[in-house]
Amino acid sequence: MGGMHGLGPIAPEADEPVFHAPWEGRVYAMTTTAFRWNRWTLDAWRHQHELIPGADYLRMSYYEKWATSLAELAVKAGLATRAELAPHWPDIGAPATTPLSTDSAPPAVPGFSVGDKVRTRNINPTGHTRLPRYARGHVGVVTRLHGLHVFPDASAHNLGPRRQPLYQVRFEADELWGLAARGRTAVHLDLWEEYLGRV
Amino acid sequence: MPPHDDHDHAHDHDDGRGQAPPSDMALRVKALESVLVEKGLVDPAALDAIIDTYEHKVGPRNGAKVVARAWADPAYRQRLLADAKAAITELGLGEGMEGRFLVAVENTPQVHNLVVCTLCSCYPWAVLGLPPVWYKSPPYRSRAVIDPRGVLAEFGVSLPDAVEIRVWDSTAEIRYLVVPEQPGGTEGWTVEALADLVTRDSMIGVGLALAPETAA
Repeated sequence: MGGMHGLGPIAPEADEPVFHAPWEGRVYAMTTTAFRWNRWTLDAWRHQHELIPGADYLRMSYYEKWATSLAELAVKAGLATRAELAPHWPDIGAPATTPLSTDSAPPAVPGFSVGDKVRTRNINPTGHTRLPRYARGHVGVVTRLHGLHVFPDASAHNLGPRRQPLYQVRFEADELWGLAARGRTAVHLDLWEEYLGRV
Repeated sequence: MPPHDDHDHAHDHDDGRGQAPPSDMALRVKALESVLVEKGLVDPAALDAIIDTYEHKVGPRNGAKVVARAWADPAYRQRLLADAKAAITELGLGEGMEGRFLVAVENTPQVHNLVVCTLCSCYPWAVLGLPPVWYKSPPYRSRAVIDPRGVLAEFGVSLPDAVEIRVWDSTAEIRYLVVPEQPGGTEGWTVEALADLVTRDSMIGVGLALAPETAA
């Protein structure tokens, strides 16, 4: 949702508690525990949030999304059945998604160096990706190499880690938002090799 | 009755966040926990321990110690900027950070840093604890990248136009910690006293460190 207008004012809360109700803490603790079962990856869990129908996603509180994803993933992994969770956790009606077609043997050696100009690919998969919509098809400069990292577009769909080089890339505000973007501002993103091409 | 079996909050009210969960969330979560407990997948006492850790042990005071040390000790500051994960480990922090990475970015008179996760809500929890609701909410996630000066103004921070704003969108497993500028007049203060000036918001970049007179 980076770059969208009209989502309302930011509402900081004074002396905010860590959890606003006991159930939020239970959801947090169950979710973190669930990763130890090794039945789904961090990326699959993030993608599960994205599978919540859009209107529900915007309506739900943060931990309601977590709880929903935990219930959905538990069913998908065969750890619980719909019948056991109904009526509290009905099917959310998630769409089927297709992963980005990725290289099964991704590059292990960085193809770019600090200072290189790169253009992000214009990709729009229905599956998981960590290349935000606002940064697709734009030119930036590599500012740091982070080494090899698990590729979320594959990992979210249980296609293995497919580790590949990760880069910190700097985009000037007017490149992302047009000439009206106010000056002296830049946005940095961490982007995988497969998201990038030469300029 | 176990301590978590608390229905005082079962009927969640609209608390002004504009996204009131259904009033039956406590019940629904209890049902989910019951199923997972029945299958031997979770242990309620272990869940209590995790909740206790995040409510009482992990939080922005950890990050404040890191920043205060960086202000007081130039050699530590250099180590923090070069390898933040190793530098926080020196201070006994960073437990559970396997597979995760931390980068510290410092504010200067010329550069101000601001951290966001537009895709979800990635946050440097090892140093700041769990994120506040506003950080995880659509208004901040959508606008921090397109209008950082407007967002800062909403937090009461006004920077000269000459100051460059660098926004860090946490799209991978790299987490970003802002090292705010040390307030003037605090040279020679102890690390403990300096830490009291370091707010959570200043380490996200939506605030500045407290001036010495306001921290008393």
